[in-house]
Amino acid sequence: MRAGPRRAAWPLLLLAAPLPGCAGSETQSVLEPLGPEAALLANLSWLLFAGGGLIFLVTMACAALAVWGGEAQRRTLGSRRLIVAGGIVFPVVVLTVLLLETLSLSRTLGARSPDGGEPLRIEVVGRQFWWDVRYPGASPDDAVATANEIHIPVGREVELRVSAGDVYHSLWIPSLQGKIDMVPGRVNTLRLRAGEPGVARGQCTEFCGAQHALMAFWVVAETPEDHARWLERQRLPAGEPADEFLALGRRVFGTAGCGTCHAVRGTEWDGRIGPDLTRVGGRLSLAAGALDNHRGTLGGWIAGVQDLKPGANMPSYNTVLDGPELRAVSAWLESLK
Amino acid sequence: MSPAALARASLLALLAAAGAACDGEGSSAASRDVAGGDARAGRQAVAARDCGACHVIPGLRGPRGWVGPSLAGFGSRGYVAGVLPNTPENLIRWLQHPQEVAPRTAMPDLGIEPEEARHIAAFLYTLR
Repeated sequence: MRAGPRRAAWPLLLLAAPLPGCAGSETQSVLEPLGPEAALLANLSWLLFAGGGLIFLVTMACAALAVWGGEAQRRTLGSRRLIVAGGIVFPVVVLTVLLLETLSLSRTLGARSPDGGEPLRIEVVGRQFWWDVRYPGASPDDAVATANEIHIPVGREVELRVSAGDVYHSLWIPSLQGKIDMVPGRVNTLRLRAGEPGVARGQCTEFCGAQHALMAFWVVAETPEDHARWLERQRLPAGEPADEFLALGRRVFGTAGCGTCHAVRGTEWDGRIGPDLTRVGGRLSLAAGALDNHRGTLGGWIAGVQDLKPGANMPSYNTVLDGPELRAVSAWLESLK
Repeated sequence: MSPAALARASLLALLAAAGAACDGEGSSAASRDVAGGDARAGRQAVAARDCGACHVIPGLRGPRGWVGPSLAGFGSRGYVAGVLPNTPENLIRWLQHPQEVAPRTAMPDLGIEPEEARHIAAFLYTLR
């Protein structure tokens, strides 16, 4: 048998290249759990990595022996006993154990926590390409509507009741739980709990259209006191503009027709086609995690939506607003904190 | 020198002279050095403020907006905001107080401090 041309082995090292990208400052990693459910999933992940890695090494060792080993070793490797043991018994045992482990884990993740206490119910509806987040509250007056951001108290069980408004979406907060599909016309439930304060990033994980890749959101886990304060603040309607420039901004919001799609409680505008903007100035990001949040990015978004997220349902308002009007409405929205 | 050699030497001299003028400096000969400006810090500031929401900025990841002009080649541009000659002093003034320079501009006043403005200006002048 003729030996073929020798190939360099170093390109295989490139497979290791993606690894440094796993650690990030924004917590969006299955391997960096922020709560008990995520910790269970992370443990299972490590078990699979380690076990799989070990089996891989053993298999490669057998392959090496099969190619370069001595006559006796190769005969043993090819023996019926070893093939039955390694090829049938071993996989059946390992996979059965894994199956039982995974089924038990799925049941734990889906069940109500045993320590009682009312879970905090939050409704999240996936829309192209943003997250409609509502806290129902005890009565309609208590209800809170926000977008692209979910605040939860540390230590308390949270029940996310998710659905979709147009096409399939899927909600995933890697550091807190597994994925849950958002199906139009159906409500799915995801239970999770944050073990410590922090900010986790979530993503849409069911392809939903042109801007699926720019559909992220933030989960802010805070102390129960901070969370209650946040809820209280969210319930407040928008206040009066503090100066003439902001008042102009509010007028522009009306004349440009923004209220048709966007609600701002405390004003006459209550559109529900787009995100609620009552407290938009206080959010961590704009455009579902795509932009920072200040008067500059607000202006860039309003005037150039279709450049930043082509295919989004909001049109670009550069054709309608001149320079001062754009700056005024951006400043007013920024002031809604 | 033979006529052919003379012609060749003249041609070479002419090309060398022309080449010296082609250093890609753009329309103005004014110095674009920003005293106290660190282009690296400026790049970080531009990324942190998400200036890309309105401007296409070469070499920066993130949003690429067309609401404002692309900043590619800004270091070679003749005017700032189409109003003031493109000098470090004018650029820093524009970054800090856009409405003073162009009252009807769409560019917002982001409350940029003088030091940050210097760094951003230094960075913008690296975009040639």
